[in-house]
Amino acid sequence: MNLRKYIKVYKKFLHTSLASELEYKTNIIVDLITAILSLIGSIFLLSIFFQNNGYIGGWKFEQALIIQGIYTILNGITNTWFNPNLTEIVKHIREGTLDFVLLKPIDSQFFISLKKINPSGFLEIMLGFFLLLYCIRINQINLTLSFLSLSLITISCSICILYSLWFFISTTTIWFVKTWNATEVLRSFLYIGRFPLNSFSFSLRVFFSIIIPIAFITTIPSEVFLGLSQMWKILLEVIVASVFLITSRKFWLFALKYYSSASS
Amino acid sequence: MLEYRVEIALWAISGIIPFFMLNIWTNNNLNESINISDVMLSRYFLCAFFVRQFSVVWVVFSFEEDSLMGKVSPYLIQPLNPFFRYFAQHLAEQITRFPFALIIAFFFFIFNPESIWIPNLGILLLAIVSTFLSFLIQFLIQSIVACLCFWTEKASSIERLLFIPTLFLSGLLAPVVSFPEYVKSWLYLTPFPYLIDFPANLLSGNETNISGGLSMQILWIFLLFPLFKKIWSEGTKKYTAMGS
Repeated sequence: MNLRKYIKVYKKFLHTSLASELEYKTNIIVDLITAILSLIGSIFLLSIFFQNNGYIGGWKFEQALIIQGIYTILNGITNTWFNPNLTEIVKHIREGTLDFVLLKPIDSQFFISLKKINPSGFLEIMLGFFLLLYCIRINQINLTLSFLSLSLITISCSICILYSLWFFISTTTIWFVKTWNATEVLRSFLYIGRFPLNSFSFSLRVFFSIIIPIAFITTIPSEVFLGLSQMWKILLEVIVASVFLITSRKFWLFALKYYSSASS
Repeated sequence: MLEYRVEIALWAISGIIPFFMLNIWTNNNLNESINISDVMLSRYFLCAFFVRQFSVVWVVFSFEEDSLMGKVSPYLIQPLNPFFRYFAQHLAEQITRFPFALIIAFFFFIFNPESIWIPNLGILLLAIVSTFLSFLIQFLIQSIVACLCFWTEKASSIERLLFIPTLFLSGLLAPVVSFPEYVKSWLYLTPFPYLIDFPANLLSGNETNISGGLSMQILWIFLLFPLFKKIWSEGTKKYTAMGS
């Protein structure tokens, strides 16, 4: 691995995809309004839940807002990087253009995971940050070094898990060709990440922590924000994230053995 | 359509968000405050799932792809509005989705045996009619958005924008009864509660104004249809085939 080469290639990716996305300027404004409305919508939904109850699954409204903030950031990251690239994988495989990717003297996973970027997701990430800053104020969280580093660690682990989940689903395209709807399933499951895990019944909680680890993605970082998280949970998240990353990599290499270009 | 069984099954699964919402509602006893029993609420969300399954529309995405690929040109020569083609596709897929939706309902009843009920025939027919009307409203709205492709090429982002109020205000995630008064006061004038909340209430046997709901649905169709015709005729005048 030649790091410098990859950074240079990534700069080129950024440049080309930004240039092509900026062709549709009104689109970006529409996407910004969409992101704002969807945040308002989910806060509205949350306020319905809380209108007659002080607590949902042991979380106060102000605390549940942190989950919304983290969800919004992660959703922004998904829209910026994961979604545009991984829908591209489906296209590559269906049209057989994955051949060209595999022939390039560069890691294929790197290429297909980072080729494109959708700038409108940035706005969502920023919205999420503002919400988090507001939450830090209303929940009177002290910004200490350990808090900052722990929240950084857990959020980056969440990003890794999220990436691996998306990458897993897209990799299965090699066998199933059309996985468009599978990503929709993942998307609807991820929707759960907007709510504290404890607000669900026990069986769903188990399902969302073991089978699809959505629980790890938003709930644990939010607990870190509130200073509620135990050390073992954070460690567990780090382990889960690395297991996911490694297996998704292995799975990709394994799947490539079964890739038999289109129309051949 | 039957070729894509797995896809349609996955599509059906992706609609299970209402069940997660139900779980939050009942697990936190939130329904006590809005005077709906657990059983009625679970029926409501099951019906919301069904209504959503049979009223979901994706004509914007098909039309946008066809328009970008230049496939619309041959359609325009044919003596039939191309939207009939998409309309037929939607209906065909809804029929294939029916067995999968039934399987999901079956599992739902295994986990919630107390919520089994059989709606009487009249109500069932009315619910089917109102679900179809809801589908028509959404189809018209999306077709209007799709026609914007003639001007902007990427109409799907406008559709994603419109999807947000549909998601939160239609009653898919929370029944409209539970909304605060300041929202309810104007919400019933918009098309949103008639998309899922009204048919789902009707089918599940929750309290709802049947004649009022149906007439609002029909009113919206009568409002949207001329708009669609207008924008369609304007758009086709503006149309320049891709790559020509």
